[in-house]
Amino acid sequence: MNNKITGAEIVLKSLAEQGVEVVFGYPGGAVLPIYDTLFKQNSIKHVLVRQEGGAIHAAEGYARSTGKTGVVLVTSGPGATNVVTGLTDAMMDSVPIVCITGQVPQHLIGSDAFQECDTTGITRPCTKHNYLVKDVNKLSSVFHEAFTIAQNGRPGPVLIDIPKDVQFASGTYEEKNKIIIPSHRLFEPSPDFEKNKIEEAVELISKAKKPIFYIGGGCINSGPKASKLVREFINTVGSPVTMTLMGLGVVGSSDKNSLGMLGMHGMYEANMAMHECDVMINIGARFDDRVTGRLDAFSPNSKKIHIDIDESNINKTINVDVPIIGDVKQVVEKMIALWKEKKFKIDDKTLKLWWDKINEWKKVDCLNYNNEGNQIKPQYAVQRLYELTKNTKTFITTEVGQHQMWAAQFYKFEEPNRWLTSGGLGTMGYGFPAAIGAQVGHPDALVVDIAGDASILMNIQEMSTAVQYRLPVKIFILNNEYMGMVRQWQELLHGGRYSESYTDSLPDFVKLAESYKAVGLRAKTTDELDDVITQMIETKNTVIADIWVTKEENCFPMIQSGSAHNEMMLSKDQKQDKKSAEKGKILV
Amino acid sequence: MNKSVYASPDQVSETKRHILTVLVDNEPGVLARVIGMFSGRGYNIDSLNVAEVSNDENISRITIVTHGTSEVVSQIEKQLLRIIPVHSVTNLDQEGSSVEAEVALVYIYISDTNKKKVYQLCDLYRARKIENENNTTIFEIAGASERVNRFIKEINEITKVEIVRSGPVAISSIQKNEEE
Repeated sequence: MNNKITGAEIVLKSLAEQGVEVVFGYPGGAVLPIYDTLFKQNSIKHVLVRQEGGAIHAAEGYARSTGKTGVVLVTSGPGATNVVTGLTDAMMDSVPIVCITGQVPQHLIGSDAFQECDTTGITRPCTKHNYLVKDVNKLSSVFHEAFTIAQNGRPGPVLIDIPKDVQFASGTYEEKNKIIIPSHRLFEPSPDFEKNKIEEAVELISKAKKPIFYIGGGCINSGPKASKLVREFINTVGSPVTMTLMGLGVVGSSDKNSLGMLGMHGMYEANMAMHECDVMINIGARFDDRVTGRLDAFSPNSKKIHIDIDESNINKTINVDVPIIGDVKQVVEKMIALWKEKKFKIDDKTLKLWWDKINEWKKVDCLNYNNEGNQIKPQYAVQRLYELTKNTKTFITTEVGQHQMWAAQFYKFEEPNRWLTSGGLGTMGYGFPAAIGAQVGHPDALVVDIAGDASILMNIQEMSTAVQYRLPVKIFILNNEYMGMVRQWQELLHGGRYSESYTDSLPDFVKLAESYKAVGLRAKTTDELDDVITQMIETKNTVIADIWVTKEENCFPMIQSGSAHNEMMLSKDQKQDKKSAEKGKILV
Repeated sequence: MNKSVYASPDQVSETKRHILTVLVDNEPGVLARVIGMFSGRGYNIDSLNVAEVSNDENISRITIVTHGTSEVVSQIEKQLLRIIPVHSVTNLDQEGSSVEAEVALVYIYISDTNKKKVYQLCDLYRARKIENENNTTIFEIAGASERVNRFIKEINEITKVEIVRSGPVAISSIQKNEEE
């Protein structure tokens, strides 16, 4: 029995065997044994954040930019409750995370001990699975299962709660390949899964007159190969394609088939094409309410194919005709093979008619904005940022709000995994820590957090983290002194009563950067903008670029809540009829 | 209350009672995962029953009675399957014929005036006397929920009672099993 090691050592050994290179965390009483073991080894790097909420968003940014699992280590009680937002965010956006929390020793559990909380109880609905490990001998098998579950099927966050006495106790370590995970605990598509459905789907596509591909984040989660296959299939079919906020980059922005993003602030042509299509091919998207708008008017005349790895997404909000449960790359690979084997082709004339219609919609030029004067328009700022960074390997993260939508509209993504944004949960404060995580995963890349002045303050403490680890993250603030999206809704739906959406007493962001020993830059007018962006890119240090933009700019086009895809607002002057606006008001 | 514009198009299917049996790993927190999914997503639980059913494999069977349209119940089944320790979900109504039973313990206050009626009724329903003291008797009645309902309704008309019910458990019937 001399090969026994402590629970804390088992934790580190499990992480090492799982190939973990970096852990984002914050120490505290209930995880001290693990931190002690961490101190004695060199293979795993630890990034010390300034608040646990930052740790989990950093792990998300790391995971989504690298395709690996993000690992978080925090203490019990407040450490655990502070990661709840990030766990929910990762759950909604299907990000593989393993979160380790300390817990008070077992004999104190249930006694309202100092820094005790029911971590597994609190995080049950916001994790894919969670564990309270009471037996040190089960620790390694729990870790190996946790990593598998986090990555398997539809990825998601898994939490492991470890009482302090278990960290001290000694037990045996079991290797990854010795662990057998029962099949019901995993997603295992059968080898010839859904073959009939795939045939049905491919045949349906071949007969389409007005097809459209509707691509979501599932294509990114399926790995880079999935994006390649999806592009290949779309090219072979010759169909237009639109992407969700989470799916941007699966098909390149410059691809001739791409109509850009769809949904609430999506492209006019993309939403119109969704409304008018006769065959919709949903790959890895989930008919989110930001995409569908009013459900009973959603793409009323189309046959719908839905490829999803999570069966619960099928017929959840929209009934589909051909559901296919499976991993995107496997399904699309089979679809391509079948398409070629049967020599399917939509005839050029039919497709041309459809493209002619789409090209008419494109002429609306829905992203057009008035760019007069020397005040910087937020859209222009993002456009310039894109132009000046497009030849560099760039990762863009965002916070949540108007700036996020402008980034999605005006920054052009050519590759998957380069765009990190909080889609499902809409977490303000996500972007900066996520950028830190992305920079840790890609030390040589340019990582820019396109932020708003309100969002950035939600996790501004992570400046200290970025500077400590010499992470040259760039924060590009579109500063309008408002919570812009809240203000926009108040303008459009609440009679212009800007209740609590103006931020008084904002910090001087340049001085703020300097106080963290980072670099602060500011652009007040259009003629300063390019210089500031160039300087920001060239600075080998953490930078805050404070871009003063016009204050009351609205984000268009917009489908107001409760409206259909063909009822887009292109500008403020184009008011919605009052009845649907009133209905939309009760929605989010 | 106005219907939300995000609500699904008008459903044609009617709301029905469904019995779901869920086989789960018998591990801590598994019941909380199952019922938390119901409350978190706004589904109904009419009754709930949990017990370990196999000694060797550590598997529990959860029987849930719920009601909803077929769309809602199908969503419930899929959401249950996402829970990691869940082995399988069976909708016994969809399986066709199933047998269900529940147990009720009825604490009955008996006096000389109602004694005869009570015993007659219990006899009729084959309710079993399990304890008897002074003016009170505890009866046990088992069977389909409807039968228990009728018994309770009738006994209530005779005398004051206190009731505890297990809620139904169910299994697919032999006929169904033999067809397979």
